[in-house]
Amino acid sequence: MTTVELGMPDAPTPIDAAIARSLEQHGPKQTELKGKDFKTDQEVRWCPGCGDYVILNAVQSFLPSLGIAREDMVIVSGIGCSSRFPYYMNTYGMHSIHGRAPAIATGLAASRPDLSVWVVTGDGDALSIGGNHLIHALRRNVNMTILLFNNRIYGLTKGQYSPTSEVGKVTKSTPMGSLDHPFNPVSLALGADATFVGRAMDSDRKGLTEVLRQAAEHQGTSLVEIYQNCNIFNDGAFELLKDPATGPMWTIPLEHGKPLVFGPDGASCVVREDFGGLRIAETNQVDPSEIVVHDATREDPSYAFALSRLSSQDLRYTPMGVFRKVRKPSYEAMMAEQLDEARLQGPGDLDALLAGGDTWEVKA
Amino acid sequence: MTGTNPTVAPPNPDGALATSVSSSAPGGLVKSVVELDRVVIRLAGDSGDGMQLTGNRFTSETASFGNDLKTLPNFPAEIRAPTGTLPGVSSFQLQFADHDVMTPGDAPDVLVAMNPAALKANLAELPGGGLLILDSDEFTPRNLAKVGYATNPIEDGSLEGWQTVSVPLTSMTTDALKDSGLGKKEAERSKNMFTLGLLSWMYHRPTEGTIRFLERQFRRKPEIAAANIAAFRAGYNYGDTTEAFAVSYEIKPAPMKPGRYRNISGNQALALGLVAAGQRSGLPIFLGAYPITPASDILHELSRHKSFGVRTFQAEDEIAGIGAALGASFGGALGITTTSGPGVALKAETIGLAVMTELPLVIVDVQRGGPSTGLPTKTEQSDLLQAMFGRNGEAPVPVIAPRSPGDCFDAAVEAARIALAYRTPVMLLSDGYLANGAEPWAIPDADSLPDLTPAVAFATEPNGEDGEFLPYLRDEETLARAWAIPGTAGMQHRIGGLEKADRTGNISYDPANHDFMTRTRQAKIDGIAATIPPTDVEDPDGDARVAVIGWGSTYGPIGAACRRIRSSGRKVAQIHLRHINPFPADLGEVLARYDRVICPEMNLGQLALLLRAKYLVDVQSHTQVRGMPFRSAELAAVIQDAIDTADPAAANSTAVNPTAVNGALQ
Ligand code: SF4
Repeated sequence: MTTVELGMPDAPTPIDAAIARSLEQHGPKQTELKGKDFKTDQEVRWCPGCGDYVILNAVQSFLPSLGIAREDMVIVSGIGCSSRFPYYMNTYGMHSIHGRAPAIATGLAASRPDLSVWVVTGDGDALSIGGNHLIHALRRNVNMTILLFNNRIYGLTKGQYSPTSEVGKVTKSTPMGSLDHPFNPVSLALGADATFVGRAMDSDRKGLTEVLRQAAEHQGTSLVEIYQNCNIFNDGAFELLKDPATGPMWTIPLEHGKPLVFGPDGASCVVREDFGGLRIAETNQVDPSEIVVHDATREDPSYAFALSRLSSQDLRYTPMGVFRKVRKPSYEAMMAEQLDEARLQGPGDLDALLAGGDTWEVKA
Repeated sequence: MTGTNPTVAPPNPDGALATSVSSSAPGGLVKSVVELDRVVIRLAGDSGDGMQLTGNRFTSETASFGNDLKTLPNFPAEIRAPTGTLPGVSSFQLQFADHDVMTPGDAPDVLVAMNPAALKANLAELPGGGLLILDSDEFTPRNLAKVGYATNPIEDGSLEGWQTVSVPLTSMTTDALKDSGLGKKEAERSKNMFTLGLLSWMYHRPTEGTIRFLERQFRRKPEIAAANIAAFRAGYNYGDTTEAFAVSYEIKPAPMKPGRYRNISGNQALALGLVAAGQRSGLPIFLGAYPITPASDILHELSRHKSFGVRTFQAEDEIAGIGAALGASFGGALGITTTSGPGVALKAETIGLAVMTELPLVIVDVQRGGPSTGLPTKTEQSDLLQAMFGRNGEAPVPVIAPRSPGDCFDAAVEAARIALAYRTPVMLLSDGYLANGAEPWAIPDADSLPDLTPAVAFATEPNGEDGEFLPYLRDEETLARAWAIPGTAGMQHRIGGLEKADRTGNISYDPANHDFMTRTRQAKIDGIAATIPPTDVEDPDGDARVAVIGWGSTYGPIGAACRRIRSSGRKVAQIHLRHINPFPADLGEVLARYDRVICPEMNLGQLALLLRAKYLVDVQSHTQVRGMPFRSAELAAVIQDAIDTADPAAANSTAVNPTAVNGALQ
């Protein structure tokens, strides 16, 4: 709600009035929902087999557990395959323009703290054309959840390399291999001091749901990188991690409070290295006390950053789960506080404002 | 002390009304008081000398005294160009009078030059015989050399054509402050207040306002406040007792409509208009902006009005500024973004999104010299075509422009009205001259302002035959689409930049639908003409055959030029446009009435292009892009020429007085 509770009720704004009217018509907010309640009548138009389907299903089935009414959710997206997402969700939504979703969502979330605001974006949308908005949204900590579908390719424009593509990638625009060094989205977010950063795999329903749940509950900006298979232009990009034969070997599951031990039979682990870094070791070669116990709540982002640096471009040693989850005041709450504070002196008096300080009277 | 004593000739080269009254001053000096009907003063100094502050204070004193006035601040883009150089000169001009004035004056009657650079940069514009006040302390060999004076103009006789009074302003200030405890350098900084004191004496200005202002401004540094006040008083007393100034001037208050007045700049008025629009619509204001000259003051002003529910967001860039504003509009706020031309270029894609999503949004463009970074601190009107067409696709946007600093208030309210009622982005075109210029403003009664609540009307109930919500179902009259905000149950819908199907708003690639929607969006904007007043024509005789048409800040200079024309016995009509898209419905008819139509603009003919295209009228474009407003005398010459060639008989009327450069006709 946007009314200020200060003992001196402002006249209800048209926003409050509209919501009150809708409550009258529909009764109390409907928060007991099923996955199918979030579906729309729009035909889903991703390529058959696209990882986006799996993510959409996972999101639709987990949302009811949040207990948020559909009308209180807004999904803002940019441009790209993933940005079609809002059309398939029975919530409010805006399919905006390339890269700008975090900026649009910032204005919405800052002016309507009562809403649950989500951004759906991709690696090109968020990290290339919209890189600036992403890092600034993260540092401001506006309350919103950003789902970054990373397929390491441009899908909608039919297969050019993206800012997360590995060096040397041969694509339509890079016949001799790409020269760009890729971003690691998690490292980038942590560099921007994001208060919540997680990573999940499209096909891992359980892991994805768990990260999404924590992200949605987080007060502030949360960024979830979702590895998403584009079976048309970059098929198998995450196969190393998905293949039951190789996945466990190269995936480091992050569980708060648990030692970072992974691989078949827990053969590998993460230990501290000089200069504050981390490295992979063989579990039987180190003293158990050397093994790092995952702590997502560390104030200092350098630990989470070191974690994000364990993986290489070819995805070996990829941590999955929640890297960082810390509490910081969120932007819209602080903004609302300033408004309340200003109104403590009394609500604005337009006549007094228009008159300003120095006035003079012209008599008839 | 050197200098001539301007006892004899008051600075009114055009022979404006002047009456001399003698009075005696303390110390037995006989000082005379000369009554003038108007004066143009220009203060010029180094950008570190505080000329803008001094000018603003003099303006406030003058406004509260009851004169009508217009101001023209003129400063470099650099915060501090090298001291004492020509690029570092900052100036402030104001015209004040006992009658209504339309411009800050073409040229000054009085020039105050705080250093040789200021003299060199401005002297050419001071008409012969004008009063020149110089700070002699600053005319050192070093400062003279910096601007290429081989000899000191104060001593070499080169200033003989003017009434020159050279006064050691700096050392008199430090003398006055020798017991203040301030160091010499620090004390010197108060010389602008000494100068202000002197001018306040010369023109009988009230002083309490400035003393209150200084106390307020330096609340936390009482010793600085005290020093400035002491310097201000010393300057005043110096005027009162010195033999260098034997004359002081009185300019009676101007008759104005009864009411309460304040002095206001364009940026201030615009910001207050936006707050008022929020209050009158009941919607929270959300401003997303990125700092840019000359628009930043609107951001500063709005950020101070949180008690009105105004949220201001300083974004990471221009695009995020408008993006956040649009996001807020989606949530039911009145989204606003403020910028200048380069920022509008960056915002173009989001404006297109606002056109497509049909959400209200106010885009304020405080125009400056372009292209590219151009002339950040100078005025221009060259963004009109950008405002009209600077987007991909057919993306019509209403365009409106204020005509004076105070009018920025009404224009802002009108922009909000259109944005809300028609669910459209609206372009509000101010400019650097309006933004920084100031004038007395009749404070409106809040209750008398337009009621914008009917324009809001959020949809809360499904509007479709099958109980569904159709976000692109339109109001039959305005063609505005239904606006339902998040939080309203049962109204969930998705909007976006892809073409919308009529009624449902679903994605549609259907050719016929695209054709229909493109024409509908255009028709919606065209339809705004039904709610705007008829063309504003000022033609006192009613039978002028030549019309001058303008938009935006040229209103004052064009109006002053028309007064000159009429006083010469000729006839001319002044047409001034507030709404440029759509034009008032009767504009074509109005233009057709005249034999000739002249269109002065501070660009290369952008409105003229639109008028010619739309009405097939042979508009004669008169343009200038010098970063400064038009001089009314020059405009008058252009208009006279047009009248006399259209009707040779008119040429027998008196020539427009060429010497009345500073005439009471401005
Ligand atoms: S191009 Fe790739 S990412 Fe896009 S919809 Fe097809 S499979 Fe999915």
